[in-house]
Amino acid sequence: MSDHETDVSQIGRDYKYGFHTTDKPSFSTGRGLTREVVETISAQKSEPTWMLERRLEAYEHFLTRPVPTWGGDLSQIDFDSIFYYVKPTESEASSWEELPPDIKNTWDRLGIPEAEKKYLAGVGAQYESEVVYHKLQEELVRQGVVFLGMDVGLREHEEIVREHFGKIVPFRDNKFAALNTAVWSGGSFIYVPPGVKVEMPLQAYFRINAENMGQFERTLIVVDEGAFVHYVEGCTAPIYSSDSLHAAVVEIIVKPGGRCRYTTIQNWSTNVYNLVTKRAVAQKNATVEWVDGNLGSKLTMKYPAIWLTGEGAHGEVLSIAFAGPGQHQDTGAKAVHAAPNTTSVITAKSISRGGGRAGYRGLVNVASGARGAKSKVVCDALILDEESRSDTYPTIRVHEADSNIEHEATVSKIGEEQLFYLMSRGLSESEASSMIVSGFVEPITKELPLEYAVEMNRLIQLQMEGSVG
Amino acid sequence: MALLEIKDLHVALNDGTEIVKGIDLTVESGEVHAIMGPNGSGKSTLAHALMGHPAYRISSGDVLLDGASLLELGPEERAQRGLFLAFQYPYAIPGVTVTSFLRSAMNALRKARAGGEDDPIPIPEFRKQLTAATEQLKVPRELLGRYLNDGFSGGEKKRVEILQLALLHPRLAVLDETDSGLDIDALKTIAGGVSSLVGPDMGALVITHYQRILNYIRPDYVHVFAGGRFVAEGGPELAEQLESEGYDAYLPEATSGER
Repeated sequence: MSDHETDVSQIGRDYKYGFHTTDKPSFSTGRGLTREVVETISAQKSEPTWMLERRLEAYEHFLTRPVPTWGGDLSQIDFDSIFYYVKPTESEASSWEELPPDIKNTWDRLGIPEAEKKYLAGVGAQYESEVVYHKLQEELVRQGVVFLGMDVGLREHEEIVREHFGKIVPFRDNKFAALNTAVWSGGSFIYVPPGVKVEMPLQAYFRINAENMGQFERTLIVVDEGAFVHYVEGCTAPIYSSDSLHAAVVEIIVKPGGRCRYTTIQNWSTNVYNLVTKRAVAQKNATVEWVDGNLGSKLTMKYPAIWLTGEGAHGEVLSIAFAGPGQHQDTGAKAVHAAPNTTSVITAKSISRGGGRAGYRGLVNVASGARGAKSKVVCDALILDEESRSDTYPTIRVHEADSNIEHEATVSKIGEEQLFYLMSRGLSESEASSMIVSGFVEPITKELPLEYAVEMNRLIQLQMEGSVG
Repeated sequence: MALLEIKDLHVALNDGTEIVKGIDLTVESGEVHAIMGPNGSGKSTLAHALMGHPAYRISSGDVLLDGASLLELGPEERAQRGLFLAFQYPYAIPGVTVTSFLRSAMNALRKARAGGEDDPIPIPEFRKQLTAATEQLKVPRELLGRYLNDGFSGGEKKRVEILQLALLHPRLAVLDETDSGLDIDALKTIAGGVSSLVGPDMGALVITHYQRILNYIRPDYVHVFAGGRFVAEGGPELAEQLESEGYDAYLPEATSGER
């Protein structure tokens, strides 16, 4: 046990957002998962019967499905010790002033009000399992854009939710998609009407703030014809002495000519299992872009996927993974070309240090008949020391002769000469290393909203401090 | 007190092979010293050793900047004391723009000067200095937004080295083969830039194979470096003599033949 404590104190030193405030959950289902827990969650939310039935089906499937063994080590997850539902307040607050002081304090420390002033078009903030704060700018409402917590989305737009929920990621997809479907709570629901371009990124902040608290948010984004939205999800989490599970599902449908960009900066504390299923469908001439940064968690398994189902659809995945001591980032991307003249670009960069392990696991699948499909995959790994590890597992399946698939992979180390050059200008070794690493991930950070890019670089600096000398 | 004092300096590779075999040199503020020598004489080793490159070991002797020994200091501390090396082959740092790098380097030096407290240069002040230096050195503005030395031509790299020199205001600038790979116009601009910086606050050590650059940066002293030692020393006329007669007289075979 003392080993464990040492480990935790170590995390606290490096982890900037490692705090949590005392909160008073108003309702919890207790530890462990049973059929009754699933029914209680659904009843608490006064859900329609079809959703309860879907949850129960998924629950049964979850029970029968074995824990996957092909990726990271999941054997330490104790499903019986997890809280599957915690509801912190009775209802959603509609403004900052109405937020309970406890919760507000937590958010203040994350700098959210400031961020909102500058950038936010609307904030869907997830605190424990419930969306407690939600705000839409008048402009969005005027444009007919719906940006709600998933629970409210289900209540107010049941038809749209029913049409798409679980269609892109069926609960049978994998064990954790089944778990999410059974116990999901919170997440975002977004609908963008035809032709509407949302100028400002929509942002939501997620955090886990209870020991052994599972987080199972569910996000559904529907972008109608010719519309555009950029959704940004940033996670910071406090530190706990026992493992935590985060199993989210994100489903995106982009109709003909539409475009959706989904940006994630994941910085869970290093005791969290982050097992997320993200999948998008791009219809004719539609574009889907996943920008996915993984800095935190103990183990992340996440492979944002794009199904290019309409002619001329385009998909991009920009992924960056940083694995420090005790961390395993098993990340990647999937592009399925199911229509002619579809294109995809996957750029994956990983950094491992201090015994961390980062990997790229990817799939490019070109279906028969997807004539003229083009895909390019670039994987670059930067390994900072001898103890760290990088793996690449690319899978390419091509069933159409008239297609063009490229794959490039590089593995590099920080060169002594590069370091010497920068140090000869007055930078310390850790400043020089941070600069090289920041430069390495620049193709990703330049795609982020400014405040996220700044935060990302700060997090890298933080990670690099103490990694040298 | 001399700006730079090199006392009986011996430099060896980590495997023990001695490259620099005992040199003495004193540089005062405002002076330009040229170190000239044939290829493979160890000129670049000397430059890197002064800056503290980990591949080289000072086996004996001392190097003092403003009276304080540099030997126990890392490269960044030497830079913070005012030593600058313009590299013959600068390294690329992909993803880091020239502008962002310059600002980081300036801030690193300011931080050291402020006793370890952050003291970032105000952006308007940085812009002002950057604009002045880029105009003087005719550095295309476009270059500032590109990644440092990434895909730069030889000439672009050299210009950016001297741009760094101009903005970092060192006490002593060591120029390692800065003239190589430059056309005559670029050479004139760069040499003019360096000359304008030499003065009461800065001295320079110009390491070169050819005399050409010395037409534009007039040296006060010339030291001929061969076989790890200074084999001849004199004024600017020595550089001209080398230009017409070559290094043959100083190469090991020739010197041993004369003995």
